[in-house]
Amino acid sequence: MEAKSRDFSASARAGLANDNLQQALDIMTQRGFPSRRLEVVARLPEFEALREVGREIKDHTLAHLDFYLELYEHNVVASGGEVHWARTPEEACEIVLTVCRTAGARSVTKGKSMIAEEIGLNDFLEKSGITPVETDLGEYIIQLRHEPPSHLIAPAMHLVKEQVADAFRSAHRTLDPNRPLAEPQALCDEARAILRPQFLAADVGITGANFLIAETGSSIIVTNEGNGDLTQILPRVHIVLASLEKLVPTFEDAATLLRLLARSATGQEFSSYTTVSTGPRRPGDLDGPEAYHVILLDNGRAAMLGGEFHDMLRCIRCGACMNHCPVYAAVGGHAYGWVYPGPMGAVLTPSLIGIEEAAPLPNASTLCGRCESVCPVKIPLPKMLRHWREREFAKKLAPRIWRSGLSVWAWVALRPALYHMLTEVASRTLGWVGGRRGRFRNLPFAAGWTGVRDMPAPEGRSFHSLWAERSKAAGRK
Amino acid sequence: MTAARDAILAAICRSLNRGPLDPATAAALRARVAAHRRNLIPMRAAALDHPARVNLFVAMAEAVQATVARLSSIDAVPEAVAAYLAAENLPAELVMAPDPGLDQIPWEMRPLLRIRRGRAEAADAVSLTPCFAAIAETGTLMLASGAATPTSLNFLPDTHIVLVPADRVVGTYEDGWDRLRDLAGECGEVGRQLLPRTVNFITGPSRTGDIEQRIVLGAHGPRRLHILVVEDGGA
Repeated sequence: MEAKSRDFSASARAGLANDNLQQALDIMTQRGFPSRRLEVVARLPEFEALREVGREIKDHTLAHLDFYLELYEHNVVASGGEVHWARTPEEACEIVLTVCRTAGARSVTKGKSMIAEEIGLNDFLEKSGITPVETDLGEYIIQLRHEPPSHLIAPAMHLVKEQVADAFRSAHRTLDPNRPLAEPQALCDEARAILRPQFLAADVGITGANFLIAETGSSIIVTNEGNGDLTQILPRVHIVLASLEKLVPTFEDAATLLRLLARSATGQEFSSYTTVSTGPRRPGDLDGPEAYHVILLDNGRAAMLGGEFHDMLRCIRCGACMNHCPVYAAVGGHAYGWVYPGPMGAVLTPSLIGIEEAAPLPNASTLCGRCESVCPVKIPLPKMLRHWREREFAKKLAPRIWRSGLSVWAWVALRPALYHMLTEVASRTLGWVGGRRGRFRNLPFAAGWTGVRDMPAPEGRSFHSLWAERSKAAGRK
Repeated sequence: MTAARDAILAAICRSLNRGPLDPATAAALRARVAAHRRNLIPMRAAALDHPARVNLFVAMAEAVQATVARLSSIDAVPEAVAAYLAAENLPAELVMAPDPGLDQIPWEMRPLLRIRRGRAEAADAVSLTPCFAAIAETGTLMLASGAATPTSLNFLPDTHIVLVPADRVVGTYEDGWDRLRDLAGECGEVGRQLLPRTVNFITGPSRTGDIEQRIVLGAHGPRRLHILVVEDGGA
């Protein structure tokens, strides 16, 4: 998929001015995922301890990823499936096409897959004469609107129901134009009725994977709708798209991560459907796919191992970081300009497509740390955002004025005496000028701040001088 | 494609700053997999005795909009199914898993109930299946595919009825998976167990929150999930 991450500022401004988006974001933050997560986490006393175990499982697997990948491959083959390895999005797309053509596929259904978004699968297949039908309700909606997803687990999070109704009215032309579509239930029922024949007609079903189990060669998908299941049991061929870091050693390890996933993602105790798939249908089975293919995508992940962004590979794609991010809540997911939005996207996107293509993203954060505090596998997202900022600075990717400002600040900060003197002067001056009102409506060189909100005035003394004074007083006692 | 495979595995080793694993480490990893040790297990279900576990299963399933009827014996199943279908205004007709256990049920007590055995077809409105295990922790049904238990029954019909003998209620996902391992038989060698093609963990009926975060039922899978718990000694 083509990246538009460099346009973050412009896209963010557009997002702030988009009333529908702002309404949708309010719904999510005020009465959606975060409060549901809080309730369900409070009901599981072991939740915090499970986060630590989840982190350990992922770290252990990543440290021995070659071993577990080979074991996984061995067991997929032993259960009658096939494993394909893809270094790049292009290789992955070609493999999907080859499998589809070999199967003589005319119609293809798809469960939600972020890897499919990452490799731009829909566009590629359409150019090759195969139109895949998205079956997750959110994915179906954005496919009708020709949009990328705006959230990891709720792809149409940016829309209000009236926009969905409009999309359905213009796409489903054969239905009564005056039918009532005001409620989510009516929209859901209509999508169900439209998609059911597509499920039944499909020759190939493509799903993602939340986890791959090395011990058994199984793939796991987690859904609430059941679309991923109809996608994989009805067609003749099931293709699984997964990236390398989905591996876990055993079912027991997957079970621990599953206890974290739904609670962190939607605030459910468990999603409606957790499905473990191993190979094609067995002799005697009355349904299920006749062929089972897994495509393992690298696309830069092997290179992330062992480096500054290694911990990002623990991510289980729950979306908690974006659900709790003040920047995401203000501008929405499309501003991030590629497949993965929010804090995890701001770290992962530069790793996968290069910091040159994604330079503004690490700055799309207040570094408040909420993302790390809710991450089910304790990924230090703020730390990694700082690593990217350092690289961005070193590569001179930030605007010149930022860089010169930072250089001046760094020069001063490296001279403590001068720094203390200047901050003391600045605090006293601003404290004196701001004095009675206690805030500034506008400040020279700080219009970026004061243009949209007041700047609080300092109390009058710098922290350093107060600290020094206190230490001295304590020393005298 | 072996070129891609070799390149990826080599890139992993390069990044991890080592060559292929030494035999001792590889043996330790194989032992870890073979042991498939449990991680931290929540006390919620693990600490309960069996009757309390069954109660927890029922409460958790009802909390996610499944409906539950508790029956004293399988003899009560035909009546319970007919009553449920009537109450939901559904025709007295269903497709049933061709499972020998379900044939033990005295269906002749309800001769008007039309039953077809097999996998689900597009027109089927109601299905009845057995379950492999039921997990108290989250009110989750564990269903395993097989010649007698086609997976389509769990997803295509609008209404899914599941028969759960109380002795199949276990505490955790791991307990359910252990039963599967016992069934498949440990072959001693890592990864050689034969699993069913599909194992479904089902927690309540199909739902979506994709539009304005409002939860609505019946997205693509069943709109209704009805669970018949048959008490111990009654199955």
